[in-house]
Amino acid sequence: MSRSDRTLDLIVYLLLTVLVIITLYPLLYVVFASLSDGDQLMAHTGLMWRPLGFSTLAYERAIANPAIWTGYWNTLRLVAGGLILNLTMTVLGGYVLSRRDALWTKPLMIAIVFTMFINAGIIPFYLIVRELGLMNSLWSLLLPFAVKTFHLIIVRTAFLSLPSELEESAQIDGASHLTLLLRIILPLSMPVIAVLLLYTAADKWNMWFMPSIFIQDRTLYPLQLVMREIIINNVTDQISSGASVGEAQKIGETIKYATIVIATLPVLLVYPFLQKHFVKGALIGAIKG
Amino acid sequence: MKGMFPAAGSSLKARLTKDFKRHKWLYLMALPVIAYYAVFQYSPLFGAVIAFQHYTPMKGVWGSDWAGLEHFRTFIGSYYFWRLVRNTILLSLYALLFEFTAPILLALLLHEVRSRTMRTVAQTIAYMPYFVSLIVVCGIVKELTRSGGPLNLVVLNLFGGEGQDLLQQPEMFRGIYVMSEIWQRAGWEAIIYLAALTTIHPHQYEAARIDGASRWRQIRSITLPGLLPTITIMLILRLGYMMDVGYEKILLLYNPVIYETADVISTFVYRKGLLDNDWSFSSAIGLFNSAINLVLLVTANYISRRINGNSLW
Repeated sequence: MSRSDRTLDLIVYLLLTVLVIITLYPLLYVVFASLSDGDQLMAHTGLMWRPLGFSTLAYERAIANPAIWTGYWNTLRLVAGGLILNLTMTVLGGYVLSRRDALWTKPLMIAIVFTMFINAGIIPFYLIVRELGLMNSLWSLLLPFAVKTFHLIIVRTAFLSLPSELEESAQIDGASHLTLLLRIILPLSMPVIAVLLLYTAADKWNMWFMPSIFIQDRTLYPLQLVMREIIINNVTDQISSGASVGEAQKIGETIKYATIVIATLPVLLVYPFLQKHFVKGALIGAIKG
Repeated sequence: MKGMFPAAGSSLKARLTKDFKRHKWLYLMALPVIAYYAVFQYSPLFGAVIAFQHYTPMKGVWGSDWAGLEHFRTFIGSYYFWRLVRNTILLSLYALLFEFTAPILLALLLHEVRSRTMRTVAQTIAYMPYFVSLIVVCGIVKELTRSGGPLNLVVLNLFGGEGQDLLQQPEMFRGIYVMSEIWQRAGWEAIIYLAALTTIHPHQYEAARIDGASRWRQIRSITLPGLLPTITIMLILRLGYMMDVGYEKILLLYNPVIYETADVISTFVYRKGLLDNDWSFSSAIGLFNSAINLVLLVTANYISRRINGNSLW
């Protein structure tokens, strides 16, 4: 092994180690801060390598905040609704668009792909949702996003890749379209369906902008919107109520961090197990449509 | 041929009608999807005519007075026009330079690691930020850059200054934006390049080794050329969305003090349209933005097809 090759090895290991630390540190910082004592955290500047003091008070306060739990509940409803709605729509659409013997599917496909490139912008879209009377209901976060063109193309491509003999023999047996779809095509396409479900769930979990313009009723806020109030807009006074102003401010900082942990940990604990499917999804998405 | 099969020679309309009758159930299945696209994708396209009107909800799209190109002229003539265009383009260019190259470099690094454990660990950790929600990422960015925060002190030590909140300093915004994007996405976006790398045949490296090529040389002559088609496609896709800078992140991070560098076309549309309810004017700006996007995409695709035959259509 030549010297230049060994230099390369060294550089690679060094760079990767630095990158791993840079990637992890911000997350660790949050965890440390969430477990810190409010006073010490307020006085602290710069890097932190362990919790300053130790206090779980922030977690007690954050958990006692009902907004977090209504947020979780609304997000859960959104995810569940999104999974059912988007799955049904995308699979139905993907099936129709993957039929080779029907004449109308081609123009339909063109009309659908067209929408990926031409975009009217947010305002006309917002006005339609308003006009339909969906404002201030969770439906405003479900119906307008019931199909993602990108997902539809992925599912269609997967259906198209199945051998056409399957459908031919099913049709000879007199199977209807619905039977063919539910009994034959869907069971053979489980990997792509799993990817579709994961991406839909992730979409709904992350939603905050659309809720922020469509939802005014605070009891309907999904988790991310609740989070925005606490960690971006710094509204922690209600959570730390009962304390004096100075104290509330001190606890407020740590409550922010504890809230971040509570709202992020479930996903970070689950993702290593789902990583494989997500990766598959990223790769399917990269293939030319 | 046509004469032999009279059915094939019949008019298109007749064929479509016949096909429609034969596949009645199929088209019934398509109905929900068609309805979705009609209501939520196509009707906003027609609704965009309000960009040429003085739209008020009372009069509706059909009854509102026409404004012609007035809103477009007002926008282009306004003093913030160049600021918005400049910010949008600069932020996109920065993102293109750094955010686009970061995953490629990361994929090369991961490709060159020989220890499998190191590779797996690094990869799993690199994906992690992708699973943190945008709100939380922006929350973390705010904490790290606030006066006294770790990143703030790093900047203070390197460049001096008074150590005030970095998000209150206009010259810092683009750097913070791009860095947080890289932190959250680079690991994830490297997946596509890593997959492309696995399609390079091991024989090529073997042959290179026998010829005495160093690993540096192998990267330059085998690995990088192997990545090129993927890089091109990703680049075209990217160029098509040049004007769509991540407005959600900007909305969460910016404040009036740094509008000078942080305010982009889409955030301006948001403020005018959804906060001030100036719907016609903001629709016009949105339309302006979409039009530039489309031109960019078509151009990028055309150039790429001419140069190396990779294109989206």
